Amino acid sequence: MDMDAIFLARIQFAFTITFHIIFPSFSIGLAAFIATLLVRWRMTGEERYRTLARFWTKIFAVSFAMGVVSGIVLSYQIGTNWARFSTVAGNVIGPLLGYEVLTAFFLEATFLGIMLFGWQRVPPNLHVLSAILVALGTSISAFWILSANSWMQTPAGYEMKDGIAYPVDWFKIVFNPSFPYRFSHMFTAAYLTTSLVVLSVGARYLVANRFIEESKTMIRMGLGMVAILAPLQLFIGDAHGLNTAEHQPVKVAAMEAHWDGSKPGELLLFAWPDAKAEKNHFEIGIPHLASLIITHRMDGLFKGLKDFKAEDRPPLIPVFFAFRAMVGIGLLMIAIGFVGAFLWWRRKLFDSTWYLRPLTYAWPLGFIAIIAGWWVTETGRQPYLVYGVLRTLDGVSPVAFGAVLTTLILFVLIYTSVFSMGIYYINRLIEKGPQGAAIASGGDPSVGAHPLTAAKDAARSALGTGE
Amino acid sequence: MDTMSYALPLIWAAILAVGVTLYVILDGFGLGLGILFHFERREPQRDVIMNTIAPFWDGNQTWLVLGGGGLLAAFPKAYGLVMSGLYIPIIVMLLALVFRGVAFEFRWVAKPRQEFWDLAFSWGALVATFAQGVVLGGLLQGLSAQDGLYTGGTFDWLTPFSLFCGVSLIAGYALLGTTWLIYKTDGELQEWARDAAKIALLLVVVATAIISLWTPLSVARIAERWFSWPNILLFSPVPLITLYAAYRCWRGIDTIVGNDAEPFIAAVAMFLLGFLGLVISNVPYLVPGALTVWEAAAAPSSQLFMLVGTLLLLPIILGYTVFVYWTFRGKVRPGEGYH
Repeated sequence: MDMDAIFLARIQFAFTITFHIIFPSFSIGLAAFIATLLVRWRMTGEERYRTLARFWTKIFAVSFAMGVVSGIVLSYQIGTNWARFSTVAGNVIGPLLGYEVLTAFFLEATFLGIMLFGWQRVPPNLHVLSAILVALGTSISAFWILSANSWMQTPAGYEMKDGIAYPVDWFKIVFNPSFPYRFSHMFTAAYLTTSLVVLSVGARYLVANRFIEESKTMIRMGLGMVAILAPLQLFIGDAHGLNTAEHQPVKVAAMEAHWDGSKPGELLLFAWPDAKAEKNHFEIGIPHLASLIITHRMDGLFKGLKDFKAEDRPPLIPVFFAFRAMVGIGLLMIAIGFVGAFLWWRRKLFDSTWYLRPLTYAWPLGFIAIIAGWWVTETGRQPYLVYGVLRTLDGVSPVAFGAVLTTLILFVLIYTSVFSMGIYYINRLIEKGPQGAAIASGGDPSVGAHPLTAAKDAARSALGTGE
Repeated sequence: MDTMSYALPLIWAAILAVGVTLYVILDGFGLGLGILFHFERREPQRDVIMNTIAPFWDGNQTWLVLGGGGLLAAFPKAYGLVMSGLYIPIIVMLLALVFRGVAFEFRWVAKPRQEFWDLAFSWGALVATFAQGVVLGGLLQGLSAQDGLYTGGTFDWLTPFSLFCGVSLIAGYALLGTTWLIYKTDGELQEWARDAAKIALLLVVVATAIISLWTPLSVARIAERWFSWPNILLFSPVPLITLYAAYRCWRGIDTIVGNDAEPFIAAVAMFLLGFLGLVISNVPYLVPGALTVWEAAAAPSSQLFMLVGTLLLLPIILGYTVFVYWTFRGKVRPGEGYH
């Protein structure tokens, strides 16, 4: 396989996995949010919780479907694009993915049926339990897939024989050195992302004077999570960074565009790293701050890019800038949480339009940060597929250039059109808002029982066609 | 070869066979319903057709993920080889399943302007089914490989045989879909399904007969397996029982006042027997002609690690799958949805 085909295979995989990650990171948090709403409804008997649970379940269904179909693609693309990798790392990675299917995918996919269609088909407690099981499934799924990914970053518990990895200690494989950090970081990110979406949607309604009770509940729950999780994420991210500095120093050097390991690193607010000239242009930085962050000492030294051979360095531009995007959004989230908590404490939260109005546009922030974070860690792992074990160039499938190019074009066309439609429909559901009254009053049973029927009716009336 | 590295690959081949069979049957009738969308164009009827499977489709499709994940886990070499050798039909299947899958949700949310998602559902199902048949045909005719890596061309799979397998599977899934409808609906829609099921059944019988002759004629190894003495005697019940299942299926479709589940059960039996036939043809190959189960197997410690969990979890999965089917048991009627 020639270099161009390898490059296309990488683009294709990066494209499909970037698209995919949007949906599970939303589903993980949203499933937990819906389960929480349903539990609170059962405990307090307050109808607004159930109204909100129904509303978000409709959105969950659309988002989950997109996650499922883009996920199936990935479970086969490891083979279509990375057949050599499958052979070399299959003994280790395969069982982790196998356990993901067995412990998570079946659980969430099966109980999703009851969660979506069982509102009146099963007793309420069983329905709530189904929502909890779906949430549990999404979390277990994150556990295994992050374990597999972490093993590719910091492989452990294996031995190489004739160029193939054989498992030696499964505990060390599953709980490899970067896994606890990556898992906490991603899991918190998923919750944070969903919380911000909930907060943003709540703000959208309140600013527009719609669904007052529901929007206040959403703002309180969303903001509460953001205020706690955003600062917490700073500490988790810091710990994750220290772990990366220990196991993948070249990735950290690329994140900071730090060339000379014999000098303390400055924190670059902006720079244009030049891989050929081995230096940065247009540097704006704060001296010693990178050393302080990475080594927790003002004059601490950490390895620079020049400490590694040029062919062992990752691409600098995406790693450097994606890292800044992620951290920047993280700091913005901390600010959102802090200001919001302050307003809440002063009892001005629901009247502070200057705060709520910009928040209505804040919903994509978490997704952007997650994608940026994954670009940092995945691009930062290059030129390796399994860090230090298998180079990306040696992991590809023997597939021809034309075939990869054709399918890449198809993926781009189909994903962008299908998933744009999905986001359009989600936006339409949000525009329509929670439909509580008909359900609360017992109204038309078909509306209550079938979230999609409810969605259909909603769409009909929204388009003014009636039925 | 010690006992462990002899037995584990066989056990795993059996588990994967169960997984693939469950996928073919469960998603088979789901895709079959999509194929029926090409022939039933009235919206209320389409709503009912979709509602007969809406709570299950996601779980059904997960067996496909188990197929991919399980193959990677238990037989990584076969996984890499099959995915590279059948690159085009597999990617086409996945993309078609994208349309089919999102249509389940988008179609309802898009109403009353759901025409595009009706097309996505019906064409997604048709193309995915055809591609799956081509994958099967491509596998049966064999993949050229060296050291477990694919050495053939991009379009090696493209033969009259693989295309015929694709068309045959469309008839097969349509049979599962129509018989499922007989089971889950009544009244006018059920009558329509009975008429459609008869056509599908006839096509399936003809297609199965052609493939059963074509395979041994084109692959000497398979002819040897079936027609040598005493195999011909030993294996002759397989086609005979298949014919009997086809007869029971026809009778079930034709008997209005009977057990509405019978045609579906008989159709499933036909699929199981067909699968058994494929197993007989190809044992001990996992990728026919290229890799045996032992050559393709992952390290024994990997297979063992997975086996422990699988033996524990598979019964639980089957348990709650049955529970969900039981929860949504009974006939689905127009305008009713689920309540």
